[in-house]
Amino acid sequence: MIHAVAPEVTYAASPPASGGPGLSERRRSTPSGLPPAGAKRTRKPAQRRKNLEILFFVSPALLLIAVFMLVPIIQAVRFSMYNWKGFGPLVDFVGFKNYVRVLGNEVFTDALVHNLVIIGGSIALQLPIGLGIALLLNRKMKIQSLLRTIIFVPYVLSEVIAGVVWFQLLQPQYGVFDTILSKLGIQGPAQGWLGTPELALWTVLAVLTWKYLGLAVILFLAGLQGVPSELYEAAEIDGASWWQIQRKITIPLLGPTLRTWGFLSMIGSLQLFDMVWILTGGGPANATTTMASFLVSEGTKRQNFGIAAAASVILFIVALVLAISYQQFILKRDSQPDDERTKRKKAKA
Amino acid sequence: MSATLATRPQHTPAQAKRAKKRDGRQGGNVLVYAIALAVVAITLGPVLYGVLGGFRTNAQLAENPAGLPEPWVLENYAGVLKNPDFWQYALNSTMIAVITTIVVVVFGIMAAYPLARYTFRLREPIFMVFVLGLLFPATVAIVPLFILITRDLDMGNTWWGVALPQAAFALPMTVVILRPFLMALPQELEEAAQLDGASRIGFFWRILLPLSGPGMVTVGVLAFVGSWNAYLLPLLLLQGDMRTLPLGVADYSSEHSADTAGVFAFTALAMIPALIFFLAMQKRIVNGLQGSVKG
Repeated sequence: MIHAVAPEVTYAASPPASGGPGLSERRRSTPSGLPPAGAKRTRKPAQRRKNLEILFFVSPALLLIAVFMLVPIIQAVRFSMYNWKGFGPLVDFVGFKNYVRVLGNEVFTDALVHNLVIIGGSIALQLPIGLGIALLLNRKMKIQSLLRTIIFVPYVLSEVIAGVVWFQLLQPQYGVFDTILSKLGIQGPAQGWLGTPELALWTVLAVLTWKYLGLAVILFLAGLQGVPSELYEAAEIDGASWWQIQRKITIPLLGPTLRTWGFLSMIGSLQLFDMVWILTGGGPANATTTMASFLVSEGTKRQNFGIAAAASVILFIVALVLAISYQQFILKRDSQPDDERTKRKKAKA
Repeated sequence: MSATLATRPQHTPAQAKRAKKRDGRQGGNVLVYAIALAVVAITLGPVLYGVLGGFRTNAQLAENPAGLPEPWVLENYAGVLKNPDFWQYALNSTMIAVITTIVVVVFGIMAAYPLARYTFRLREPIFMVFVLGLLFPATVAIVPLFILITRDLDMGNTWWGVALPQAAFALPMTVVILRPFLMALPQELEEAAQLDGASRIGFFWRILLPLSGPGMVTVGVLAFVGSWNAYLLPLLLLQGDMRTLPLGVADYSSEHSADTAGVFAFTALAMIPALIFFLAMQKRIVNGLQGSVKG
């Protein structure tokens, strides 16, 4: 309400810059004698002007989201109920049959499992390694910023470029990776790391770890800067060892950063497409298919738009369920007020 | 903290012990540097191998995959630089990323402004629209999006056809980052501006926009990175001369799979300009990502 009334005073004296509606307000408010009465009478136009301003500012973004996000999502739900090959009108209504077919398709259920393996594997690998590197780098070192930059390099490369380079490195026999291994006396798999169904998913996971470890390190390091140095000093005076300090002070205080990073990592793993498409195309024998690669190949290669749409709705529901459970069981700790956090918030304010 | 210890003249046994511990940690620095070196090697190894591979011939690569260029050949890189397709892809990538960035930054700051600094009934519900938007990745809507753009809007194979949906999917993150940023600008500024006769729109143009430069650069860089690296949407929407660099790299590597050195040169040239830009903007990217993590 303060906003609605306060400009009253200013418009009366405002330069013409304020535009059309401002003029009419001025005309109305100046003849009225007492300011409170004027304020009362002009509240409505001022309110309308404010609403117009809000509409003007917010609508471009909302329009873009409505056209390119909301409409396609509603369409996806609609398509998922029809047997549709991409031409002609939507007539062959099949209800939930597409969902039954997708969930009964072993390629899709395997894809879902692959996504879950990537989620678990990414966190299980990147959390300890990233945390270890961040803790090691979190000290006064001359080359710290250089190291941070270097670790960040794979993250800024596109998945496509990283994937193409790794695809060459991992070529069976004559790729550099197998060459180095054979010099060490280890024979790489005959079909190559990406060509052997039992190894392909783990190889993809390893490349993803290489690509995204830098993000984890950077975020953890940023979180570490937020741990007040007095705590370290106090612990050191109390005779705590380096390891004790990390375990009892640093890691607990880093909790919110770690948990939010885990959330981002999970959402990213659920959408995994680019790297798989470049490295294996989902093969060999669907060993690395993800939900996203499944729906893209159903939609674009086979023109099974109904099936692809049902798969995308399932992907969304899985993401939503995981996001809500993560929120409930893991992130909830951050929103619960405990002494440490309220104290820190007060210190910030 | 070492300064406070050093200024104390008398050394108690406990302090001596502590000093020893600090020395011990310094000894541990060798280990730290060793680990750091290993991390650097693993991180940069593949990238450097690709760049150096572009300076070798296919014969060299076949003979000794793990070797260095001997002699250095420039033909691969020269070949890519003379390839008009490469420049066309680079132009497409640049234009799409620039359009995406401009749309995201302009629409994002506009939407964030009333959501941060006006009080009105629908404020939180509208903000929730953006927060919920974070939950919808483009992947989920990709097939209908493809149909919408190619058939209904007739924007298939155009810069705008890729840039606008990319902007739409980047907007939620942008607004979520910018709103707290705008909220943090002190209320006194707005009051002072009003006293000086500025309208809310005048305040937006003359005070808020200049002050939110850093926030806009952050979201702009994030949008640019996202667009420059995007693969799925361009893959479905762009063909032939309209392809972007990631599509070009992927297609080149599958079409010229026998020419490994050429693939390395093409890939290296595709990543170098982006790499320089992103490393220069590193601080901004990190700030934006941190902002999203702190929530």
